[in-house]
Amino acid sequence: MAKYKTEPLKCWDKAKELRSEVYDRIAKARDEGTMIVSGGTESAISLPAGFDMEFFGGEPYVAGCAFMGKNDSSKYMKYFETAEAAKFPRDLCAYMRLSVGSLLCNSYAFGGTYPKPAFNLQTHICDTQGKWYQIMSELEGVPYNALDLIPFEWESEHESKESKNLKHKYLKDQMLDIIDWMEDISGKKYDDEKFINALNCECESASLWAQCCMVNRSIPAVMDEKMMHSLYVIAALMRHEKASVNFYKELLDELKDRAERGIAAFENERLRLLLDGMPPWHSLEIYRYIEEFGGVSIGSHFSFGVSGGWAYDSKQDTRVPAMPPKEAGVELRTREDACSWYSKWLLNTNTILRSLKLSGQGKNKHILDLVKKWNVDGVLIHLNRGCEGTAAGQMEIRYFLAENNIPVITFEGNHADIREFDLPRVKTTINTFMETLDLKKL
Amino acid sequence: MIESFKRIYDNRHEYIGKWKEKHPDRKIMGYMCTSMPEEIIYAANALPIRILGGHESQNVSQQHMMGTFCPFSRDVLAQGLLGKYDYLDALGITHTCQHIYQAYESWVLHKNIKSFYIPTPNTSQTPHALPYLRGQLKLFLEKLEDWTGRKIGENDLRRGIEIVDTTRKLMKQIYEMRKSESPPISGLDSMLMVVAAQMSDKEEFNTILEDVIKNELPGRKAKATPSSRLMLIGSEHDDVKFIEMVENLDAIIVIDDHCTGSRYFWNTTEQNEDALTDIANRYIKKPPCPIKDFPVRKRTAHIVNLANEWNVAGVIEIQQKFCDPHELDRVAVSKALEKAGFPILNLEADVTMPVGPFRIRVEAFLEILSSEELF
Repeated sequence: MAKYKTEPLKCWDKAKELRSEVYDRIAKARDEGTMIVSGGTESAISLPAGFDMEFFGGEPYVAGCAFMGKNDSSKYMKYFETAEAAKFPRDLCAYMRLSVGSLLCNSYAFGGTYPKPAFNLQTHICDTQGKWYQIMSELEGVPYNALDLIPFEWESEHESKESKNLKHKYLKDQMLDIIDWMEDISGKKYDDEKFINALNCECESASLWAQCCMVNRSIPAVMDEKMMHSLYVIAALMRHEKASVNFYKELLDELKDRAERGIAAFENERLRLLLDGMPPWHSLEIYRYIEEFGGVSIGSHFSFGVSGGWAYDSKQDTRVPAMPPKEAGVELRTREDACSWYSKWLLNTNTILRSLKLSGQGKNKHILDLVKKWNVDGVLIHLNRGCEGTAAGQMEIRYFLAENNIPVITFEGNHADIREFDLPRVKTTINTFMETLDLKKL
Repeated sequence: MIESFKRIYDNRHEYIGKWKEKHPDRKIMGYMCTSMPEEIIYAANALPIRILGGHESQNVSQQHMMGTFCPFSRDVLAQGLLGKYDYLDALGITHTCQHIYQAYESWVLHKNIKSFYIPTPNTSQTPHALPYLRGQLKLFLEKLEDWTGRKIGENDLRRGIEIVDTTRKLMKQIYEMRKSESPPISGLDSMLMVVAAQMSDKEEFNTILEDVIKNELPGRKAKATPSSRLMLIGSEHDDVKFIEMVENLDAIIVIDDHCTGSRYFWNTTEQNEDALTDIANRYIKKPPCPIKDFPVRKRTAHIVNLANEWNVAGVIEIQQKFCDPHELDRVAVSKALEKAGFPILNLEADVTMPVGPFRIRVEAFLEILSSEELF
């Protein structure tokens, strides 16, 4: 007999609809010759929103390729093989290789030719990011620019107010330059009002997703991580749009209601896990496999952070959902106001930059915070060969958790390249982990 | 004497031990990337030394770093965990690649050492990078003042610039000599010179360099007979056995683009503004490593230019296994070199070098370089 009640998410279909709408709009823009801007999805995507454009974000697109490749690997494998034939080494970022391969094949995974952007705009947040779209731009023959983002270091003994001010000014000044650059290369007039609206939506979407993650502290969890992947992607794709804000408002209400009524994501939850690292998009069935033991992944630094706006609260010594401009009592009136706010927002809240943002001690403290606040019983760490930016620090986290008697196990794989993911072996690792916890399959 | 370079390289820890005996009141900071502003550390009357790997098998870094992080960074971390650098008073790093940053982070976590991190810009192409870096260098300077208990003034900074720039100028002078048909110094000795400069007190090292230039290099031939002139590029590389192997064949390395080579010292400090701005400007204008070379690709032109000026026949790219930054540039660099008429051989290095298989590949490459075109 099931331990908890469960029911499907009411806004699940809405999420699906929004996801496919984005990719359809990109295809339409390609076919009608309207403006497409491309770059990493962690870019400052509200910046180009001062134009009428569709934003074609690299990571969610290629994550989709990897996910779809599970059932039909013909395009997916061709993208990898084409990138490799063009001499891009196989141990580079798997997202980047898929992206380069898709471009070189002139193929859009959702049908038709690769959508060529008017220009690429990237935010450099790991070793690969700034170079990825440099390569794409060279292959596409389109202009390229990148923001150099050096995040604030939270909880670090090194960061001072003066350093934060320098970082803020550095990023803000680059943003202002980039707006001029976009006007120059596109020959279009930039609309500050559209930019400000987009920025308000971006901050609100990110904050709302963080609030949704907070609800998942409930026992039983109202979302499992596999569900979360389908939900946070809305912000990854279109957080600068009103539709995204509306979606997350609806989702937050629904999650709160589920928590109040004790509705579980998984009816037999008895072990709350945290899967550190990126998910293996091609092998998401590992989440279902965990359930066979009564386990549920309640989230991760990645799932909380990739779309979430989190701010460090020194009083509580933890991260809380960041306040968007209006909530913080700030009205953005000018381009300068907006760039100033935006740079602070990215420096403060872009938590996915764990490798850069947190010191070694900060990373340990952060994982412990997640474990305690989300009532986690154990941690599975995906040592990701395909994204070293998110893998940085993971072995130290494993060491720290083990030292602190928190059950932890690692498995090596690749979030997007199935050739580097040994599913049976990962399952065996999970079996071993469950055995150490004295858990048998239900 | 040229032999001093190898002596310092082989006995780096003993060298520092003796230095410390002579300078018991001065502090030593180990650093991990050549974007570290050594000038300011000298101005603080401390000694900056670069930390490199030991090129030996080890079993201590595995539990701290993923196996797919580059062998160099794992080797560097192992040096720290094994206590080889326990004499350091502090560890420093600039914003650099993720792998070596992980080595720094783990070292700091487990060795309880005073640490300095300078969040330098990723790219130097925006005009805002200069004031930003200048500001961060000022904060670094203030931390050094706290650490050493010594005020650092404009004159101290100028003295620091003078010490480091002298090393740069002298090494560049020696590199210029390698343009000759019979270079007076081998690629191996040149590499040992640069890494020895990183591992020693530059005030002492400058006298060695001056002596080598004045008394040893004139009329000297590194190889008795002319050989194929090669360029070495890629990620950090200080593998003696590999370079020795290449130069024992019919080849000589005459130029490089490495952080253990030309990239370390290529430009000097233009004295136009206050000392800190001048220092920041020097690092902004430094030949970039791959991760700092965006959005515009400038590095390829610099490499092709070096290949042309030093009149090389071919280029060996020796890259640390799993080094993403250099892998990200590989296609563009190879294409640019090939377009300019320079054949390239790509090799991947690990902590210990498979000299036998590499010899076969280098021999084949040299054969290609020396073969006549039939059609």
